Parts: sequence; structure tokens; C-alpha cells
Amino acid sequence: MGKSRLLFGTSFFLLSLALPFGSVLAATEPAASALAWWVWPLLLLVVTFVMGVAAVLGGVGGGVLFVPIISGFFPFHLDFVRGTGLLVALAGALAAGPGLLKMNLASLRLAIPVALIASSFSIVGAMIGLALPTNVVQIALGATILGICVLMLTAKKSAVPDVRQADRLSSALRIYGVYQEASTGEVINWKVHRTPLGLLLFIAIGVMAGMFGLGAGWANVPVLNLLMGAPLKISVATSKFLLSITDTSAAWIYVNQGCVIPMLVVPSIVGIMLGSFVGVRLLQVAKPTVVRWIVIIMLGFAGLRALMKGLGI
Amino acid sequence: MADHRDDSLQAGPEQVLYAYILEKGMYFGLLFLILTFLLYVLGVISPYIPKADISRYWSLNVSDYLHTAKIEAGWAWLSMVGYGDFLNFVPIVILAGITIICFAAIVPLLWKEKDRVYACLAVLEVLILVLAASGILGSGGH
Repeated sequence: MGKSRLLFGTSFFLLSLALPFGSVLAATEPAASALAWWVWPLLLLVVTFVMGVAAVLGGVGGGVLFVPIISGFFPFHLDFVRGTGLLVALAGALAAGPGLLKMNLASLRLAIPVALIASSFSIVGAMIGLALPTNVVQIALGATILGICVLMLTAKKSAVPDVRQADRLSSALRIYGVYQEASTGEVINWKVHRTPLGLLLFIAIGVMAGMFGLGAGWANVPVLNLLMGAPLKISVATSKFLLSITDTSAAWIYVNQGCVIPMLVVPSIVGIMLGSFVGVRLLQVAKPTVVRWIVIIMLGFAGLRALMKGLGI
Repeated sequence: MADHRDDSLQAGPEQVLYAYILEKGMYFGLLFLILTFLLYVLGVISPYIPKADISRYWSLNVSDYLHTAKIEAGWAWLSMVGYGDFLNFVPIVILAGITIICFAAIVPLLWKEKDRVYACLAVLEVLILVLAASGILGSGGH
């Protein structure tokens, strides 16, 4: 218990560092060029490391933390933050994808039709996001992040939803599977329903992922789990794998438009990944529920800041 | 067909193949990314934008950045890979491109298994990703 408290305290300390730290960064923004070139990438590495820890403990993707926090408190333009955010989310999804597919937790049959829609519309979202004025994107980003906070606070989860009958489309596409629940040894046959509605919602998810450079796990999981009825583990794993496809298509648009500065991308990817490794270790002893609250508060703060920035307040 | 249940706990062959290629590409891309970044940041290969000047650019919007730094969008970076900063685009493109290879690789397998619908969906996904990667799709800019 004591060890748990210590580790939780450490993670809380790291997380709470990010907020006042961010305010200082924002305050020093006009003098950014006066700092040595390596200061900002180093700060980025430290902050993304903390984000990586928080993302694992809070049960969210790195991308959803990255864009609002970095765009809110660092001197980088939103165009580069979104491009980097997509690559950060993509790297995390690529790292997790092979293992999840091999374990048969991520379902390729479930992912392919969904990915086709989400990746097509993430291209549309990226093009819209890059065409709109920055302040409009900031306002929409702030509103979306606050919406994600509400979703995180209110959305329920169902370990194995009761799907009495698969719908025609999912039957025709043979979207079903079987997995073994490691904690109980139970073999669970799963199928999905409401597939047409689920696919329609992935249009909106794809647009938002591309427009804001956010990973879309926060939206994928509720749709796959609560709406379509895939078991929670299958939903989480398939969602993570899905990001490797959805974010790829949007990332190409940002790369081709020039929204990639390696000095921002590489420290961010390394920081998030190192933080994720530490987060996974802390997960065994920390209290994810409390950390989740901290993540929600951090996101709420970052969402408000994005909204205020967009409104020029 | 709708009532058929696959009781195997193992991933299907196309899923295993996809995972195998994704894993190799991911490791290669990430290691390559770290290597090229070290070459850039340690000054082994000179960058196009001097490191000391980079903070002048990252607060600009992308249109102003490209204009001020005299950089062309799209695949024009290929002609600049001799610079340390643009060399980093190679592993970034590998990471962004590996999914295209994964989908292309499973098409023959799906077709052979007479899973024609999924073979067609995989081909469509390849086409969409290639379209995105091609640079044909522009934006209105800011």
C-alpha cells in the first residue's frame, strides 16, 4: 500500500508539474528565440514523457493529450502540433498493433471496414483543418477536448456486451471472433450489431482525427464497445490498431503539406514511448481511477486554454 | 455463412502476416528515426535550417514557414535528404507507409481464401492511402 502511494504520489507530482510548467512556457513565449535551440526540444521530451506515463495510467491515447497541451503551452504553431500529434499517435499504434493482432485481441475483420471509412474521412478532416483559419480550429479543438472530458466522465463500459443477434452487414462481413479472457480463462465468442450506424459514426471520428491531429481512441472505444457491442478488450485493442490506419492517412496529408519539423517530432515520439514504458510498470501499483481524474482535469484545462486562445481571450 | 463460427483462438493467416510486416516495419522505422535524428542533432550531417534558427520557424503557420524557409511542400523533400533535418523524413515516411505495404501484402492471401469482399476492401484501403501519400490532395492553406 505504501509503495502504491509512493508511486501514485510520484505520478501525481509529475502530472501536476505539467500545469504550472506549461503556464511558465506560455508566459515566456515571446522570448522563445532567446533560448538555446535545444531547450524547447528538451522540454518537449520531458513533458511528452510525463504525458506518456499519464496516458497509460489514465487509459487514453498520447495523441489526445499531446495536441491540446502542446498547442496550449508551447510556442509551436498548431499546424506543426497537429502534424506531430498524428505521428505520435501513429507511432504508439504501430508499436502496439503487431502484439495486439498476434494475440487476436485486435480484430482485422472488424478493423478493415471501419478503417476504410475512418481513414478516408480523416483525409477530409486533415484538409478541412489545414484550410480553416487557425483560430477557428483552436475553438473547435477546445470544444472537442471539453466534449472528450464529458465523454470520459459519463461514458460507461461493458466488458462483454450482450449482443443477441448480429446484424446483416456484420454477418455478411463475418465480423465475429473468439478470445480467451486471461483473468478467468473463459472463452468468449463475440459478434457485433448496429454495424451500419457504427460505420456512420466513424465518418465523424475520422474527420475529427484528421482535423485536430488527435488519436481517436477516445471515440473508437465507445462506438465499438457500447454501440456495436464488441467486448471491451477487443474494442480497446482494435481501436489502438485502428489508429495505425486512420492516423496514417491523415499524417500523409500533414507530411505533404509541410507540417512536420523533425526537431518536434522525434523528441515527442521518444518521450511518449519512454513514458508509456514507465506508465505500464506504474500501472501495476498506481491507482488508475485517481490518475484518470487528473488526466480529465488536465484535458479540461488544456481544452479551456485552446478555446480561449481561439477566441483571443 | 452467417452462422459459421470460428472457434480458433488463433489469429487468421492474413492477420498474422499483417502483424509480421507491421512489426518489422515499425522496428526498422523507429530505429532509423532515432539514428537519423542523432546524425542531425549531433551535427554529423548539416541541416538545411540551422538548429539555432529553428525556433524562428516553428511559431509560423505552415504556409509562412514554407515560404520563409524556401521549402516546397509535397515530395520535394526528396531532393533535400542530403541535409540532416530532411534526412529524418525518410524514417517518418517509412512509418507512415508501412500500413500500405501491410494491406497490399494481405490482398493475395484474402483472394486465395476466396474472401473476395475483404480482398476488395484491402485494395480500396491501399488506394486511399496511396492517394493520401501521393500529395495530389492539397488544401486551401490558411
